[in-house]
Amino acid sequence: MNYATYGLTCSEIHPGQHDEERSAERKELIMFGLICLFSMSSLQQAYASDASEGEGFNPGDMINHHIKDAHGWEITHGVVVPLPIILYSEPDGLMIFSSSNFFNNAHEEVAYKGYLLSHEHISRADGQPVYDFSITKNVLFIFIDASIMLLIFFAVARGYKKNAGKAPKGIQSLFEPVIIYIRDEVVKPSIGDNYQKYLPYLLTLFFFIWFGNLLGLIPGAANMTGNIAVTAVLALGTFFITNFSGKKAYWSHIFWTPGVPWWLRPIILPVELIGVLTKPVSLMVRLFVSITAGHIVVLSLVSLTFIFHSWMVGFGSTVIVTLITIIELLVATIQAYVFTMFTSLYIGMAVEEHH
Amino acid sequence: MDLLIPDYGLLFWQLVVFSIVLTILAVFVWKPVTEALRTRESMIEDSIKSAELAREEMMQIKADNEMVLKEARVQRDQLLKDATIVANKIKDDAKSETSKISEKMILDAKSIIESEKNAALAEVKNLVSTLSLDIAEKLIREKLNNDPSQQQLVEKFLKEVKVN
Repeated sequence: MNYATYGLTCSEIHPGQHDEERSAERKELIMFGLICLFSMSSLQQAYASDASEGEGFNPGDMINHHIKDAHGWEITHGVVVPLPIILYSEPDGLMIFSSSNFFNNAHEEVAYKGYLLSHEHISRADGQPVYDFSITKNVLFIFIDASIMLLIFFAVARGYKKNAGKAPKGIQSLFEPVIIYIRDEVVKPSIGDNYQKYLPYLLTLFFFIWFGNLLGLIPGAANMTGNIAVTAVLALGTFFITNFSGKKAYWSHIFWTPGVPWWLRPIILPVELIGVLTKPVSLMVRLFVSITAGHIVVLSLVSLTFIFHSWMVGFGSTVIVTLITIIELLVATIQAYVFTMFTSLYIGMAVEEHH
Repeated sequence: MDLLIPDYGLLFWQLVVFSIVLTILAVFVWKPVTEALRTRESMIEDSIKSAELAREEMMQIKADNEMVLKEARVQRDQLLKDATIVANKIKDDAKSETSKISEKMILDAKSIIESEKNAALAEVKNLVSTLSLDIAEKLIREKLNNDPSQQQLVEKFLKEVKVN
């Protein structure tokens, strides 16, 4: 009753305040839209030069080039940040050098110290095996993702130390609802009382994927979480944690499924064993596919402009790409949520006591 | 197809970086953060509980107060009632007393009046008798002056009177 009268007087005193807020929101939205438009048009410009080079524009090559890993970070066409190449081979031992060594001034691929870079694959001229542990574009983005996480969450942890027992402030209050949401709505209901042990892994997982997905949406950034190696490692973590924390009920369910006729049990056993593997594999493929597909859709729509050589199509595709990008922001969050959700569900199934 | 084949270099780096980030965050961030959250939550819960308790206590006190007030009111009413009764009784008593006194006074007055009347009457009688006697004496004296026998009678009467 008191707050209501307060609110009323507030709006009476400042009748324009709410309108101002609303228009500020609208401005932000418009700004966001413009940023999307400009970033898209910069992409289009980048590839427009491809088209004007006369060879004919191949959207497949462009898209593949974008969604795959690379030994240099091509921010936009022709602007390549060289990255460290780390190689190991029997004759030479460990070798570290810049990826720019593989290109001459005319951007043509050249051999360097007997190593060749062709289609992002490094081989030795003499055919001996070589192990490539280079800091590729995706590795760089793993580093960036990790650094952002460390920066943000150390700031968050500082907030908890500084405002101990008080209301959260600043970046702490930005991430606290997310952390609490993951804890209370994802982890706790899936795993149950013994969730504390798994919370650090699941929180790290969620934020790593979320930030990675969002980073990938920046034009020129790497398709890091849309790479199967990255998702494979995350799924592997889920696989090991699930099976190492498996209780008696979990294993007995796999090897001697209760509640079915005895003669069915040997038939069910291989199915259950496959199920143990399909769970992490589905996680791995789902994240990889949904992020990569988003990138492919955006790039395909951008490519339309250069296929049709038309400003009109360019305008249309830009509008659609903007909308898709907004959806991709949602997908970035949903996929991080889904990965965390399923991981905690699998852990929950594994730690469940016999009921 | 090579999109689906994980690159071992990337696998290696992802494994290394993710493990390091997980370890660092688990030790330096998630542990203090979750602990801080739990402490804060339990603190809030405790505060709410104690507030609830205080509220209940307040309610109890209020109820007690009301009870006391009610009792006091009842008592007051009883006192008033009693007082009215007593007052009425006193009034009635006083009334009956006064009526008794006045009755007695009237009676006394009456008796006094009676006795006064009697006394007055007696006096009147005496007066009348003396007057009549005087008159009779005068009358008789007149006659007796002339009559020795009468003189004798008078003297005889006088003697009688004296004897009386």
